[in-house]
Amino acid sequence: MTHIDVGLVLRHSAKVPYADLVTRTTGAAVRECIERELSALHDGDVAFLDFSAIGMMDYSCADEVVAKLLMSPMSRHRDRGYVVFHGITDAHLEAIEDVLHHHGLALVVHFADGGARLVGAVNADERLVWDMVYAQGNSAATRLAEVAGREIEAMTQLLDVLHRRHLLRFDGASYSAPSLAQS
Amino acid sequence: MTAVITVPTSLDDLSFEQVIEQLAPHPPEDKVIIDCRHCAFSTPFGLTALLTLAQTRATKPTLLAPDDLDKSSYWARAGFFKYAEDLYDIQGTVPRARSAGESDVLLEVQPIAESNDVHRVVEHIQVRAAQILTTRLHLESKATMGFTMALSEACQNIVEHAGRGGWVMVQVYNYRKRIGRQVAVIAVCDAGIGFRRSLESGNRRPETDRWNDRMALEEAVMRGVSRLSDLGRGQGIKGIKAYVKRRDGKLTVRSGTARVALVPDWDDDYPARENLPAFPGSQMQILIPEALPAEKP
Repeated sequence: MTHIDVGLVLRHSAKVPYADLVTRTTGAAVRECIERELSALHDGDVAFLDFSAIGMMDYSCADEVVAKLLMSPMSRHRDRGYVVFHGITDAHLEAIEDVLHHHGLALVVHFADGGARLVGAVNADERLVWDMVYAQGNSAATRLAEVAGREIEAMTQLLDVLHRRHLLRFDGASYSAPSLAQS
Repeated sequence: MTAVITVPTSLDDLSFEQVIEQLAPHPPEDKVIIDCRHCAFSTPFGLTALLTLAQTRATKPTLLAPDDLDKSSYWARAGFFKYAEDLYDIQGTVPRARSAGESDVLLEVQPIAESNDVHRVVEHIQVRAAQILTTRLHLESKATMGFTMALSEACQNIVEHAGRGGWVMVQVYNYRKRIGRQVAVIAVCDAGIGFRRSLESGNRRPETDRWNDRMALEEAVMRGVSRLSDLGRGQGIKGIKAYVKRRDGKLTVRSGTARVALVPDWDDDYPARENLPAFPGSQMQILIPEALPAEKP
């Protein structure tokens, strides 16, 4: 697992003595630094972006750091690693959700209560299936279809969509939610 | 020839139009005297717009400070004279600036030119504003955060698009005249290129013969079009509008010869005005009223 302390990145890359992620200039500097770290990920690795030390985040900076990071060619490469957000609070969530919906993106967030959920543009079916995979742990599509009481084809289709969007891992046999414990 | 521009006794975003009207016949090279002697009240918009006015003049203007020492003391506390001294030849008594301390000025006049200025303003407002916005405007903590985000985005408009530095100020006051409630006001003014030229510079002018400042404002403010074509541009102004609507607030943006507004039910301002006297740059005001009892946390 690769742990990236976004607060530390902010201080080093943008060279500002503040804890807030504001302005596009700052956002671009932070994103470029994170992208450099992510480029070292091996296939299937999970990178843990820790926002615990970040104060507030505005829309422009969220667009630069979060949306552009998820849209970058490297992040879209399906065999590369997975990005999980941590330390997200109400001070960040509004801007992040806003830009994710604007671009039709979603990401996995591990919240302080220990739980994880999808944030951003996902439909009710996708959310339901993701929550089920997260609760079940490593599971094959047949097992998940059985638990959900759905046709295997429909379930596989949904799982594939979530996998293509880098919201679920797939090892060739079973699906799992990218999490802290994986590397 | 020297022209005397009389500043109204109450200076806000609407009465500042009288200042621009008086200024209109005088090219930037003309010497002007900005007479604030009888000005008894100014909103943050008034103070930041006066600094902006000086930036539009090629010949350094003179400013006659308010006669009333209480008023000029307030202007000093608000940080106005700190910057006005460089932009104007000031005549009259200028009290020594003291810290705004516990006053209703949440953010004294600050220059905005680069990204670091926005960071400084956001840091400052969070320390100062949270308690006042909670106790006086009865905003819950999420709304306080939204206020800071709106401030940040409004300031970034200068950094990203104006082409020159501008000013910001934030204050809480009792807006008896219009709404009879406390309001928090963000004023962000610059003398830069304005919305029309900004969109033109990015080839974002729509195909129309009617292109003017009003259309540019409607494109940028109402439809979120930016001079830059990235998909994510326009998020800031969209976020400001959403916050203002949620809080039943008011947003006005003036640029060039036009002005557009998001007008709440409690106000009767025009949603759009055009053919106003020209004034460079863009001037934005965000007004957030005290939460009504049912909305209080």
